[in-house]
Amino acid sequence: MKTENISDWLFMMLTFLATVFGIVLLSALLVMTFYEAAGWLDIQFLTSPPSRFPEKAGIYPPLLGSIMMIALVGIFSVPVGVGAAIFLEEYGSGKKITKIIEINISNLAAVPSIVYGILGLGLFVSTMHLKPGIVLVGSLTLTLLILPIVIVASQEAIRSVPGGLREASIGLGATKWQTIRNVVLPSSIPGILTGVILALSRAIGETAPLIMIGAATTIFTAPKDIFSPFSALPMQIFMWTDMPKEEFLYGLAPAGIVVLLAIMLSMNAIAIVLRNHYRKKLRW
Amino acid sequence: MDRLSKMKERIIVLFLALCAVMTLFVTVSIIAILLGESLLFFSKVSPVEFFTGTRWTPTIKPYSFGVLPLVIGTLMITIGAGLIAIPAGILSAIYLSEYASERTRNVLKPMLEILAGIPTVVYGFFAFAYITPYLKKIFPDMQAYNALSASIVVGIMIIPIVASISEDAIRAVPRSLREAGYALGARKPRVILTIVIPSALSGIVASFILGISRAVGETMAVTIAAGRTPRLANILNPDDWMKSIETMTAAMVEIGMSDVSGQSVAYKSLFAIGLTLFAMTFALNTVSYIVKMRFREVYR
Repeated sequence: MKTENISDWLFMMLTFLATVFGIVLLSALLVMTFYEAAGWLDIQFLTSPPSRFPEKAGIYPPLLGSIMMIALVGIFSVPVGVGAAIFLEEYGSGKKITKIIEINISNLAAVPSIVYGILGLGLFVSTMHLKPGIVLVGSLTLTLLILPIVIVASQEAIRSVPGGLREASIGLGATKWQTIRNVVLPSSIPGILTGVILALSRAIGETAPLIMIGAATTIFTAPKDIFSPFSALPMQIFMWTDMPKEEFLYGLAPAGIVVLLAIMLSMNAIAIVLRNHYRKKLRW
Repeated sequence: MDRLSKMKERIIVLFLALCAVMTLFVTVSIIAILLGESLLFFSKVSPVEFFTGTRWTPTIKPYSFGVLPLVIGTLMITIGAGLIAIPAGILSAIYLSEYASERTRNVLKPMLEILAGIPTVVYGFFAFAYITPYLKKIFPDMQAYNALSASIVVGIMIIPIVASISEDAIRAVPRSLREAGYALGARKPRVILTIVIPSALSGIVASFILGISRAVGETMAVTIAAGRTPRLANILNPDDWMKSIETMTAAMVEIGMSDVSGQSVAYKSLFAIGLTLFAMTFALNTVSYIVKMRFREVYR
């Protein structure tokens, strides 16, 4: 009896330890990273361009590049993603083409991000003759990458609007589109917004696709417009891990990582706050 | 309704349909671009040389385009990552679904998901800056770039994929099956291992394959931590895990960052590797889907 109790308990502990193993390891690695970033992370770091001299180096141009690129990804992906979701949920349900498109979307979501980089290179640079490595090409490429996530999140938000609301609107004489615009969309905006922000926070951490479309590894001026060459935060972090001097690996790279994670964390926090705020407001 | 607003509605629906169809266009473009450029590549380098060649030197003379060393590199990372993520993922799934209280689960599950949300470049940094130096204390012969620490971080980042899909499968096993086990006098670990897991096996296997597929396509962590040394390594030889390798994805990064011209064979080889990678992940994802659907036990 006793030994059986112990072996039961041991099995449970094993499953528990397996669950926390990754979490504990990641926490330890993050603590070390933050500790090392502490001495490097200051205003000078945020406002200076990269440099050969660690103490002068900063992250301003790639930081601005990332922000510009992500803003553009948002502008591109929202209309297309929400449009596709509306079509699939409101117009296409039950149709064969909807089924095909949905299977296709789940396949696209599993394509490795570096393949999207090659797609961007082949589609926007080779075929459409845009310049490689400019903000616009980076944004278009990452838009294609997160489109499946945006569509699925928007679909879920639209689906959660009760059918009774639609019927009430149609019953009052509104057309289908009027119903979508005035009833369905306003109620599903919080869900859509949450999904979009989470997708954007994934896009801002992407490196491989940007390398493939020829984004600059090191750039000393921030992009002026969407046709300027640019670098992004993760690209700069990658460069710093590749530099021979110790200060880059154990100083600037951690500082860059802290900035990147802080941006991602705030985006996630905004998404959660938005969701909770509207969840309280909207009750069916 | 007047004709004008009817027309307006039609135009809007057309726009919405275009948005949805665009996703098909994305898939078609991926395949067209990969196939088109790969065909150009295979007109210069024979498929036999590409798929059976054992040397990968796309930018150094004498040029050689044998993809095998890269496939071996990818395989090593995938196996190493699987050895970590598969046990950890399935045990986590068991804990979360069978042992954890609702409250504990609500805390642990989101924390576990964070593992998949950390950018891969950060994982590369972790492996190169921290994990390799620690491992070096245990294995003094270890190189700064090595397959072992890269596969450890890739394993950690795919734990949540294996865990969450396995957990869904385990949760779908009806309570009555467990209770039947208890009624026969079996204890909890035994019920889990001999009733719950076998019943959820299709979902669990699907989660493994999906996790593996993610490891195959992983790029930045392996580029930073495993290095860029295309080498026909022996997977069964522990020494080879201490050395630098090159995966298919890392080779793509290397060519992408070098200043090869758009007309060179090296540039075209990018698309041939991309096609191989796409085919591998697509096959894995499809198998995962089929396993989940075909071997699903249906409970009423």
